[in-house]
Amino acid sequence: MPKRTDIQSVLVIGSGPIVIGQAAEFDYSGTQACRILKAEGLRVILVNSNPATIMTDPEIADATYVEPITPEFVEKIIAKERPDALLPTLGGQTALNTAISMHEQGVLEKYGVELIGANVEAINKGEDRDLFKGVVEAVKAKIGYGESARSVICHTMDDVIKGVDTLGGYPVVVRPSFTMGGAGSGFAHDEEELRRIAGQGLTLSPTTEVLLEESILGWKEYELELMRDKNDNVVVVCSIENFDPMGVHTGDSITVAPAMTLTDREYQRLRDIGIAIIREVGVDTGGCNIQFAIDPVDGRIIVIEMNPRVSRSSALASKATGFPIAKIAARLAVGYTLDEIPNDITEKTPASFEPTLDYVVVKAPRFAFEKFPQADSTLTTTMKSVGEAMAIGRNFTEALQKALRSLEKKGSQFTFVGEPGDKAELLRESVRPTDGRINTVMQSIRAGATPQEVFDATKIDPWFVDQLFLIKEIADELAAAEKLEPGILAEAKRHGFSDAQIAEIRGLREDVVREVRHALGVRPVYKTVDTCAAEFAAKTPYFYSSYDEESEVAPRTKPAVIILGSGPNRIGQGIEFDYSCVHASFALSEAGYETVMVNCNPETVSTDYDTSDRLYFEPLTLEDVLEIVHAETLAGPVAGVVVQLGGQTPLGLSQALKDNGVPVVGTSPEAIHAAEDRGAFGQVLAEAGLPAPKHGTATTFAGAKAIADEIGYPVLVRPSYVLGGRGMEIVYDETRLESYIAESTEISPTRPVLVDRFLDDAIEIDVDALYDGHELYLGGVMEHIEEAGIHSGDSACALPPITLGGFDIKRLRASTEAIAKGVGVRGLINIQFAMAGDILYVLEANPRASRTVPFTSKATAVPLAKAAARISLGATIAELRAEGLLPKTGDGGTLPLDAPISVKEAVMPWSRFRDVHGRGVDTVLGPEMRSTGEVMGIDAVFGTAYAKSQAGAYGPLPTKGRAFISVANRDKRSMIFPARELVAHGFELLATSGTAEVLKRNGINATIVRKLSEGEGPNGEKTIVQLIHDGQVDLIVNTPYGTGGRLDGYEIRTAAVARSVPCLTTVQALAAAVQGIDALNRGDVGVRSLQEHAEHLTAARD
Amino acid sequence: MTTSTRGASKVPAVLVLEDGRTFSGRAYGAVGETFGEAVFSTGMTGYQETLTDPSYHRQVVVMTAPHVGNTGVNDDDPESGRIWVAGYVVRDPARVPSNWRATRTLDEELERQGVVGISGIDTRALTRHLRERGAMRVGIFSGDAWTGVRAEALLDKVKAQPQMKGANLSAEVATKETYVVPAIGTKKFTVAAVDLGIKGMTPHRMAERGIEVHVLPATATAEDIYAVEPDGVFFSNGPGDPATADGPVAVMRAVLERRTPLFGICFGNQILGRALGFGTYKLKYGHRGINQPVQDRTTGKVEVTAHNHGFAVDAPLDKVSDTPFGRAEVSHVCLNDQVVEGLQLLDQPAFSVQYHPEAAAGPHDAAYLFDRFVSLMEAERA
Repeated sequence: MPKRTDIQSVLVIGSGPIVIGQAAEFDYSGTQACRILKAEGLRVILVNSNPATIMTDPEIADATYVEPITPEFVEKIIAKERPDALLPTLGGQTALNTAISMHEQGVLEKYGVELIGANVEAINKGEDRDLFKGVVEAVKAKIGYGESARSVICHTMDDVIKGVDTLGGYPVVVRPSFTMGGAGSGFAHDEEELRRIAGQGLTLSPTTEVLLEESILGWKEYELELMRDKNDNVVVVCSIENFDPMGVHTGDSITVAPAMTLTDREYQRLRDIGIAIIREVGVDTGGCNIQFAIDPVDGRIIVIEMNPRVSRSSALASKATGFPIAKIAARLAVGYTLDEIPNDITEKTPASFEPTLDYVVVKAPRFAFEKFPQADSTLTTTMKSVGEAMAIGRNFTEALQKALRSLEKKGSQFTFVGEPGDKAELLRESVRPTDGRINTVMQSIRAGATPQEVFDATKIDPWFVDQLFLIKEIADELAAAEKLEPGILAEAKRHGFSDAQIAEIRGLREDVVREVRHALGVRPVYKTVDTCAAEFAAKTPYFYSSYDEESEVAPRTKPAVIILGSGPNRIGQGIEFDYSCVHASFALSEAGYETVMVNCNPETVSTDYDTSDRLYFEPLTLEDVLEIVHAETLAGPVAGVVVQLGGQTPLGLSQALKDNGVPVVGTSPEAIHAAEDRGAFGQVLAEAGLPAPKHGTATTFAGAKAIADEIGYPVLVRPSYVLGGRGMEIVYDETRLESYIAESTEISPTRPVLVDRFLDDAIEIDVDALYDGHELYLGGVMEHIEEAGIHSGDSACALPPITLGGFDIKRLRASTEAIAKGVGVRGLINIQFAMAGDILYVLEANPRASRTVPFTSKATAVPLAKAAARISLGATIAELRAEGLLPKTGDGGTLPLDAPISVKEAVMPWSRFRDVHGRGVDTVLGPEMRSTGEVMGIDAVFGTAYAKSQAGAYGPLPTKGRAFISVANRDKRSMIFPARELVAHGFELLATSGTAEVLKRNGINATIVRKLSEGEGPNGEKTIVQLIHDGQVDLIVNTPYGTGGRLDGYEIRTAAVARSVPCLTTVQALAAAVQGIDALNRGDVGVRSLQEHAEHLTAARD
Repeated sequence: MTTSTRGASKVPAVLVLEDGRTFSGRAYGAVGETFGEAVFSTGMTGYQETLTDPSYHRQVVVMTAPHVGNTGVNDDDPESGRIWVAGYVVRDPARVPSNWRATRTLDEELERQGVVGISGIDTRALTRHLRERGAMRVGIFSGDAWTGVRAEALLDKVKAQPQMKGANLSAEVATKETYVVPAIGTKKFTVAAVDLGIKGMTPHRMAERGIEVHVLPATATAEDIYAVEPDGVFFSNGPGDPATADGPVAVMRAVLERRTPLFGICFGNQILGRALGFGTYKLKYGHRGINQPVQDRTTGKVEVTAHNHGFAVDAPLDKVSDTPFGRAEVSHVCLNDQVVEGLQLLDQPAFSVQYHPEAAAGPHDAAYLFDRFVSLMEAERA
């Protein structure tokens, strides 16, 4: 029976901003689902606060609401749109929790909205640990196997402490209920640890509930992805085995598909349990993910948990198998059965089968501990990675080595030169799971560790351990070989060695190895991911490389454009760049090119085989890209390679690609250099007569001091050759300058420190623009809410700019054009300016798609990335205007007066990290970017838009209650007016003595509270930190002074994170928040779809 | 934990297909030469079960899963007393097995049983070749069988081998003596199972349901069958071309005439087809794997099933057929290619499936068919 006819419209909830544990995979899933539902003729209504998603492109849904994903806002959307059904299983935990809460509040019933994809009972059974335990027991009763770890549910700290005895002592696992990505969970080895972890867990859990569990550390860990339709047909889409045994969150583990070390009997047992669970839980239509642990000694199976929704693992499984789980889940939700849905890849066989793989998939996590030096880098059951790379090979070693080089991180590939170090020490280090433990293990093998010793230290399965030995033995053979002969070279390539690794082992240059390899005819072939191990012919060109015999790349006649993606998500290079790549693919396909996507990030839309004409799931290194270009050149004409849209990763390859004869289109590598090199860029600015802040470079403290003395403090210091503001700091005095130079490990005679004048109190401005060599299209001008000195990726900003006038825009336009022209841009450029006094300084220019392109595109209803891709291949802005891709007249600098105001707010991952003592990490913003994602608030006026951005990012701003204010001296003046406004809105102000004094002198009453350093008062007066922990504070304003050292505000800000109290760390943010609170208190906050906004804008433009 | 050095086998080997395509790799298992019909199996787990499945007699099995041998070899999982495949083709054999049940490596086991194999070849290219050209004769050569031998001579040897079409092989793999698999728990029924190449799990699945299974040689007559006073009769899977199985077809007709509850699997399904008057034919490259979607046409439900068949029954899908034993219909069909996967008689208690509900290796979705057999026997008794 085909689709249901009683549903005409569906509301889909997205997952909101990218955070650790909930990333781009939900854009991939949600986009697929929306497209399918739309293709089925349903009206699709979407809500997602994240502008950097493809799913929020206006074409994907019929009505797209970039509004906060909170029950309040979603209810407003339901009231306006009156959908028949709500699909909550594609937007991660955020969507599921929102849907459940609306169900509980009776909103769904009130508006007659049916929950599809999963019913409330099933969601609860899957998510509630106690209920799920019952499910597992019921399954055991039915089929005879499957059990839960012994555990106790706790609601108070007393329960927790007593629970340990029930389980037979430490260590125990703490798992809070209903949190995403395992937030707040961990291992406790003693009571102190237990109190800390469980305390936080009780707070984080929306139901104040944690589960205490027996330790199964070191067991083998597996996952199954299942799907079920309304006729009770169930298939297992994929099995995944974790390389890292139990104890490390699966999101932080290296994982492998299919499972490598199970016999059929054991695998079928997992499958039987999985199927019994999905039935028992009652997931009627859709997918779920179930995690298992297996005791390596006797095979005892423990069911860990299930997610009754599309998850990160299901996105990975979809990419790993070619079986699109989200797409099929959407079809199942509207009434189809698995056998009615064709397999996309073969087109001839149905989806009611289980994919079989003739390759191996390895996923490796990417971490960002360098951004959080205080954070404890031990991997636990709380997910800490910010992204992942996936690689496919014909065997494990090939896939593993490809995955490690896909991480694009110094030291992520195995190295076989130099002294490995002391074996015992290396083995000791290997015990603690960390980012890069696999490299430590490899070094311990080099240092002479035996397989047994490695296993004893790590509990990594002996088969995997042997694979590491295999890699090491090949490295030895490579080193020992008299010369690079075809035999050993081919063997090394078959096991995933990169040219760079071989070069290192042989003491050669990478390009020399490549030349030798090509001369010997050792080149990769490209195989197809086809769901069926070649049993049926594949119609979908989804490729991976392997050093095997037969290539499957088909010849083509249309000219191809190869788009290089952005690799694993990391802080500073995330989903925004994938957005631009996907747009380029769409635009170029429409313009008649065959589009070829190269990327290795399984979370993304770009690596959906539906996005481009051909997909190469490959690492983004020079070697891998050159081989793809070679293969595609053999297949047909190649019009060019686009490097401008995937961020720094492809941009960094630009010159080398050109040097290897690859046609790089768009802005030339030389022009990229002109923007990135300080000297060259300085010249561009000088020629255009544009000022930059005074600066200099030094390699010693004395040199740096001389520069700072000349240009005056504060200065902005940073190591050269780093990205994302890494190691950047604002230094206010000589003492700190000296310690900065002393502490920085990245400064050397060849790597000087850059010292810039820091423009205190300047307004920072971001501009995205298109340039075709003749004409400039100003995409948008964003005014930062925080002052200069906070990384643009971490600042909130508004578009159109809220305080800049026509004259300023004119100046910005002229400067942008001069730079674009001077650099030689063909496509997108992003420039950061700082307005200090009346001078417009140029901070930096990036001749590529920026992080803000999707935001600018959505705020102005103009597809900038699409236009950039077309310009790269020769189209002019005039042509694009005539075509209608760009507006006929005007641009992002000439938005109509009544254009909506969009506010972007960054989302920070503070709550994910703790230091080694278990304390939170400081939350102060600085010049180093640390946000993982962003949200957009859009409305007619700034205050409302800002309030929405806060609600989307951190939860609603309070409209009344108690506000605590403590600001640095330099901020005390600017705090007075907003503080007065807070009082006018009925807030009670709390302040520490210094701030309270200033407020009182200005006629504002504030209650003095004790600082943490003062301790509890003689009559039990609580300190501010205690008050925050007790939930007595609704809003915190705490601006720090500098970023070094342990600050007095540290405890306040970490308490705020722990209790989820809004915490503003700049006075500018306070001023904006006051406007937001004002808007909320007026009660006139409505919702409006992007399509409505666009219609309005377009009408105003004509 | 054992260690081994890389490339323990550096003996070169070559695989030669009858159409002249060759693949060069390294010897795996025994060194020497072997011949058979090249077929590919897409299961990612269960190599021990596959190797010991008598239906693979005279076939050279190509594993599409690249890593084989990871869990070593144990004594519980074999489906018969020996390895039956004629040759084994894998890409990346394990050097070290890892499983708490493993007692030895697969490499050792293949060598011990004299099974010639090849590793390190592009198994996907070979699979695609077989998919496009169809299953064909193949030879694997290593050591003295290859060294110094001209390529044409190897090809001639391959071409001199008998074809699978027209091969009558059941007697070569079946038990020579009758043996009894006792019921687990209380005995409820007696079943006479004609061994045409039966897998160990099949009588076990029946025994689990209280059936005492008398496993009879392939040459068993109707008299032999009724000598055990069976409540039901079972015809097993097995190798070879069903068109040659005239003996078992005649025996089955005798069983159908007596209306004894009857169940057949795989080869047994083809025999039922022939007994009912349908033809059988050779599939281009067969169904071999554990992920095949089969629809039970009586319930509409889809089960994921284990397959190993190169031949199929030619029966109409769209109508009920009249047969000498009353009306018959196609009960199960493979959704990938609409091949007949099951038959049932509507007027008497007999049915069969082309696939493997005993599922070793493979998913347990079709285990209900054994219950269906039990129900038929219960109904008959009632």
